[in-house]
Amino acid sequence: MNPSRKRRIRLVVALTAALLAASALIYTSFSAGSDEQTAGQLLDGAVAGKTYTLAGTVKDGSVRRGDGVLWFSVRDPHRPVSVRVRYTGLVPDPFREGRGVMVKVQRGQGDVFMGEKDTMVTKCPSKFQVAPPRPGGGPASAT
Amino acid sequence: MATVGRALLIVAFAVALYGVAASLYGAFAGGRAWVDSGRRAVYALAGVLTLAFAIMEIAFLRSDFSFNVVATHSSTTTPTFYKATAAWSSQEGSLLLWVWLLSLWSSLALAVTRRRVREVAPVATAVLMTFASFFLMLTLFFAQPFETLAAVPQEGTGLNPLLRHPAMMFHPPMLYSGYTLFSIPFAFAIGALVTRRLNAEWIVSTRRFALAAWLCLGVGIVLGARWSYTELGWGGYWAWDPVENASLLPWLTGTAFIHSIMIQERRGMLKVWNASLVLATGTLAILGTFLVRSGILDSIHAFGASTLGIPFLILIGAMVLGSVGLVVWRRADLASEHRLDSLLSREAVFLLQNVLLVALAFVVWWGTFFPLISEAVTGTRASVGPPWFDKYIVPLAFAIVALSGIGPLVPWRRLTLASVRRGFLLPALAALVTVLVLLAVPGAWAEPKAALFAGVVAFVLASVAQELWRGMRARQASAREPAPVALAGVVRRNRRRYGGYVVHAGFAILLLGVAISSSFQHARDVSLKPGQSARVDGFDIRYVRATSHAGAEKISLGAVLEVTKGGRHVATLRTTRGFYPSQDISQGIVGRFFGGESESEVGLRAGLGRDIWTVINPNITPLVPIIERGNRTFRRAMVGIMSGPAADRQQAAAQLFALRDAAVTAVARRFVTSPWPADFRFIVSPLATWIWIGAIVTFLGGLLALWPAPAAARRRVSAGYAARVARELARTTQ
Repeated sequence: MNPSRKRRIRLVVALTAALLAASALIYTSFSAGSDEQTAGQLLDGAVAGKTYTLAGTVKDGSVRRGDGVLWFSVRDPHRPVSVRVRYTGLVPDPFREGRGVMVKVQRGQGDVFMGEKDTMVTKCPSKFQVAPPRPGGGPASAT
Repeated sequence: MATVGRALLIVAFAVALYGVAASLYGAFAGGRAWVDSGRRAVYALAGVLTLAFAIMEIAFLRSDFSFNVVATHSSTTTPTFYKATAAWSSQEGSLLLWVWLLSLWSSLALAVTRRRVREVAPVATAVLMTFASFFLMLTLFFAQPFETLAAVPQEGTGLNPLLRHPAMMFHPPMLYSGYTLFSIPFAFAIGALVTRRLNAEWIVSTRRFALAAWLCLGVGIVLGARWSYTELGWGGYWAWDPVENASLLPWLTGTAFIHSIMIQERRGMLKVWNASLVLATGTLAILGTFLVRSGILDSIHAFGASTLGIPFLILIGAMVLGSVGLVVWRRADLASEHRLDSLLSREAVFLLQNVLLVALAFVVWWGTFFPLISEAVTGTRASVGPPWFDKYIVPLAFAIVALSGIGPLVPWRRLTLASVRRGFLLPALAALVTVLVLLAVPGAWAEPKAALFAGVVAFVLASVAQELWRGMRARQASAREPAPVALAGVVRRNRRRYGGYVVHAGFAILLLGVAISSSFQHARDVSLKPGQSARVDGFDIRYVRATSHAGAEKISLGAVLEVTKGGRHVATLRTTRGFYPSQDISQGIVGRFFGGESESEVGLRAGLGRDIWTVINPNITPLVPIIERGNRTFRRAMVGIMSGPAADRQQAAAQLFALRDAAVTAVARRFVTSPWPADFRFIVSPLATWIWIGAIVTFLGGLLALWPAPAAARRRVSAGYAARVARELARTTQ
């Protein structure tokens, strides 16, 4: 076969393969991606059985722990609503009230959303506060 | 001091702008004197920025809270080691670090190349100084490191507890060194394209910087992974977080580049590909900085809202458009001198490996930016998780590792049946035996992919060992040296080649650790009281006793655990969770000592066979009633003091603070004296330590490849290179 024709065929085959691979990648990302939703969007339209990524801020005074289960509410950034989440699994160190959080959830009973195990991501704070200096040093003991 | 720092930044900005103007004028009109002046401007910039950075470091070490950046990122209780590193925990300090490192590496590159690539260097200088001008503009107008506070606080807010880890001392400087070092081949590529000096000279002059960039970025990535494993309290080292991915992207394309330039150097092929790769790598390095600094994607690293997004987007847009435009404009000059002789040749293996690395980079890029892409396409922000990444990354990584073993065995130009027999027999046998042995191990059939991957790793290790053995034998035959001397001699004379082979071996070991530790990992979350045990992968882990420590910096609640197997003691693990105090007075006088940030100290027993990893998450809810009672009591006492005689207030307050400290200590001790169940995560990961061993081997190989060759070998290479330049000149003048 003519060498330049051979090269052209090779190029077409390679480009076709690359195009097919890229199409598969794009298709699977849209089908496997989970939608990021605010509390208000979940309350309005979450369907049972579908997984969503809930994004928002942990509501003050809402965190409760017990029997390996973490309960907390996530505030909507735009509307005065929040959803209650029941979560098990890994809780990132920066998790706390008032902190931005993302967690995969499914709609449960009523307005409670069930967090998927080990899916919580917490925003790392750029700043954090420590107590003012303590006259007389500070507590220092070890047990 | 802050005024001097600000003045130095203004001077640096002026010097950088002068450097751009002088270099361009010298390159296109003014002649050598202007070019030299532009280069000296880079040296001057490095000097000025060294002073500026020193001023910021001194401010941190002296806890000078008149600097806003010090007041918000350090405190008097922050250990000195971390005060020195706190500078780059801030947005402002990071940007100053970036531009300072850029000035240092640029100075080195321009000093090394001052007698070479004379046409290319002035344009490269202008590009590097443009980057410097951009980052200095950010430090002057958007995130000012020398901003001062009108009212100087007595105490700073302290360093983020999560950053108090030794790896964090080196992780950001290594990453930024990687990013800034990649700017150097980027700048020289632009210079080569603009001046049409597109032979291999610019590559030869900057390849060591590309390799150093690859090495620094790789070390930075691994340090970040190590920090994640030992500090973040989730037991993993990689989460496909956008900021992790951002550093991986230029590393992947950079890896492709340092392989493909060998083909251009040797055979004058892949010029368009190499130029595109290095331009993409430089752009991705800036993209990485942008991702961390802009907070555009949700990440555990994100610095929240930032005003830096628009300037970065403008820079990245200009880099992309300029790069594409230049490559298209110079496409005729970038034509290959030779064609691929055979699909079964080392060139073809390199090309395939390059394609796979770029495909890997594309997968990572797509997954990272998918939230923005999906929002633009569908109107809804969606994200993909680790399973999506794994689906594509695992087979691609599998193939790349296999090619890293095949490459050294395949000759340049064409593979023959004789070379297949000579090169592949032993590695293939090693791979086959490894797979068969592993599949005979009980439980291995559950993850056959892991056994296959181990076979591929065995192939790579055998191929590298075989190449070293053959090199050594050849040297022994010619120089009649003993084996160790011959091996050292052959490696010393071919550092780039054998350093590369060591990198291949190290990387295969690293990925073997990743594959086995993730495939056969056992993890368990349990709630235990002292005396209770949990069983994980055959290990009995007993919660022996609770611990507490109330110090000036934080309150730690923890546990001592004993690990046994079949009644035999294996390890004693200690894990704690540190609670840092909050300045939020609404949490109460006692409560704020438990209400700030918290961080985990992992209990780890690392071994060649397996790691046993644990972390405690003590529930402090049972302490809440006591804390609230303390808050009420001390609030009443404080009101009493404030309503008493003014002369006695200071002494009374000091006594009250001493009592409060004792109360806080007593509250923390309740965790020991009246223990309640605490949550633990236990993980047993086989071969996890080999990830870090593989990384060390990889970077030692990188250092070996980076180290300058002995003078004799260098002369030989220079002679070969001179002959090649002469050939190219003859070709272009025909």
